[in-house]
Amino acid sequence: MKAIRNYLNKIKPNFEEGGKLHAFRSLFDGFETFLYVPNTTSTKGVHIHDAIDSKRIMSMVVIALMPAMLFGMYNVGYQNAIASGLDASFMDMFIFGFLAVLPKILVSYIVGLGIEFAWAQWKGEEIQEGFLVSGILIPLIVPVNLPLWMLAIAVAFAVVIGKEIFGGTGMNIFNPALMARAFLFFAYPQKMTGDQAWIANSPIFGFGGQVPDGFSGATPLSHLDSYAFNMDAVTGLIPGSIGETSVIAIAIGAVILLYTGIASWKTMFSVFAGGILAGLLFESLEMTPIHWYEHIVLGGFCFGAVFMATDPVTSCRTECGKWIYGFLIGVVAIVVRVMNPGFPEGMMLAILLMNMFAPTIDYFVVDRNITKRLKRGGNK
Amino acid sequence: MALLSKQNKEAFTNPLNLDHPILVQVLGICSALAVTSQLKPAIVMGLAVTVITAFSNVIISIIRNTIPNRIRIVVQLVVVAALVTIVSQVLKAYVYDVSVQLSVYVGLIITNCILMGRLEAFAMQNKPWPSFLDGVGNGIGYAMILVVVGAFREFFGRGSLLGFQIIDCKDFNNGMMTMPAMALILVGCVIWIHRAYFYKEK
Repeated sequence: MKAIRNYLNKIKPNFEEGGKLHAFRSLFDGFETFLYVPNTTSTKGVHIHDAIDSKRIMSMVVIALMPAMLFGMYNVGYQNAIASGLDASFMDMFIFGFLAVLPKILVSYIVGLGIEFAWAQWKGEEIQEGFLVSGILIPLIVPVNLPLWMLAIAVAFAVVIGKEIFGGTGMNIFNPALMARAFLFFAYPQKMTGDQAWIANSPIFGFGGQVPDGFSGATPLSHLDSYAFNMDAVTGLIPGSIGETSVIAIAIGAVILLYTGIASWKTMFSVFAGGILAGLLFESLEMTPIHWYEHIVLGGFCFGAVFMATDPVTSCRTECGKWIYGFLIGVVAIVVRVMNPGFPEGMMLAILLMNMFAPTIDYFVVDRNITKRLKRGGNK
Repeated sequence: MALLSKQNKEAFTNPLNLDHPILVQVLGICSALAVTSQLKPAIVMGLAVTVITAFSNVIISIIRNTIPNRIRIVVQLVVVAALVTIVSQVLKAYVYDVSVQLSVYVGLIITNCILMGRLEAFAMQNKPWPSFLDGVGNGIGYAMILVVVGAFREFFGRGSLLGFQIIDCKDFNNGMMTMPAMALILVGCVIWIHRAYFYKEK
């Protein structure tokens, strides 16, 4: 580690004003602050610093996403092996999934970080690297058969329209990863829904098998009437977006996020509370053919609740607001699923919708607090 | 007064850049989003608005001194409504399929903010010839954006231009482009480019 620090110190003068690599200063700056906590201190006024900065927080979220990602890779191989009737070992399945998912992660990072670095260079700002988390989230919430160029367009759209035009990391109204998914969902619905999107259908470098034409690999949510619940939905051995299927892998990530205090337990808890209540309600009204707990474990509900709804930038800031925000996400997600036949999954739309209302919720929570305190003070 | 004096030139060129109805004043957005999913209706709509703005400007400018101030909006509406009806009938007679695509938006030109804005702000104070130039300038400014956005949306949304298939590949078609939401984003991008490279503060 010392060697890297020394090396960075050695090449640093090249990037400073007048250095020969000055044009790439934002790139160097980005990597330096990613690898080491910057040692610059504030010179004026009193500041309170947290022990970890935003880049360390993002790294922690990426670590929390690892179980879901690794399981997603295995599941891609597993689904392919089932569909093609191939007798594959555990490692074969994992390597196939790895080869299928890795290009998506690479494309997402190269396009997204490329735009962020170019933008920071253009504006003469420090690189914020808000894309560190979005870059791994985006590949995990798309179907495995999505063409890479579509992914690249969606990532570019999400970074430019979803984030940079609002002022970059920390200013965005909508979750960039969900912006990318929403863009794909509305732009290329034939690749994002249906029977053919969810199972990788041809071998890669000799791994995996050829899936016969016309094999139907629909997600449970898209054929609820004939769906029979079993434990595969909890372990995650069902077709679905790459990272969203396994409740157990997501739970490991949730424990990491909650233990380190990065995600708000209030938001996470209230999303589940809202989803369960809405599920119970629709079940008792017999409007949905499945039980409430199936609504929670199927589809992207858990993934959205743990990794998307708790995004500190786009969720509510006030403590009371977090309860309302989370609860409404849970309710709206189930309402979209049950009441709108056009959308088998509602988590994406629910979170984007509540992202939009989060500042409004905050405003009213703060406003109410002010009124309450004024009354307590006796000033009317 | 010369037909193309400095003021008259400005009456025509200002709406194309410094005082652009869509890019600077952000008027007439509703119809700009609604009719631009294909290029052909966008062109027809742009022409219709240009004609109506120009001639309603001229008519109001001719009678501007006889209009009682308190009922001027009603008078303006009557003039615009007459012109809109004429244009609508012409479209139905000669380009029926386009007028079906445009549906209510031809009739809704009557409520187009650009029109009423130009009548109130320009035609009520100026002579017919400058008013005509101002109307044509505003109409062309509006049509310009419609054509750009319409071409983008038709090409990327359907792979065609003016109905001719250019790229025949189902995966190429971007469904988002055919939605009004993307039209708003595209208009935003055009405003962005305009502000960054063409617009100079006075």
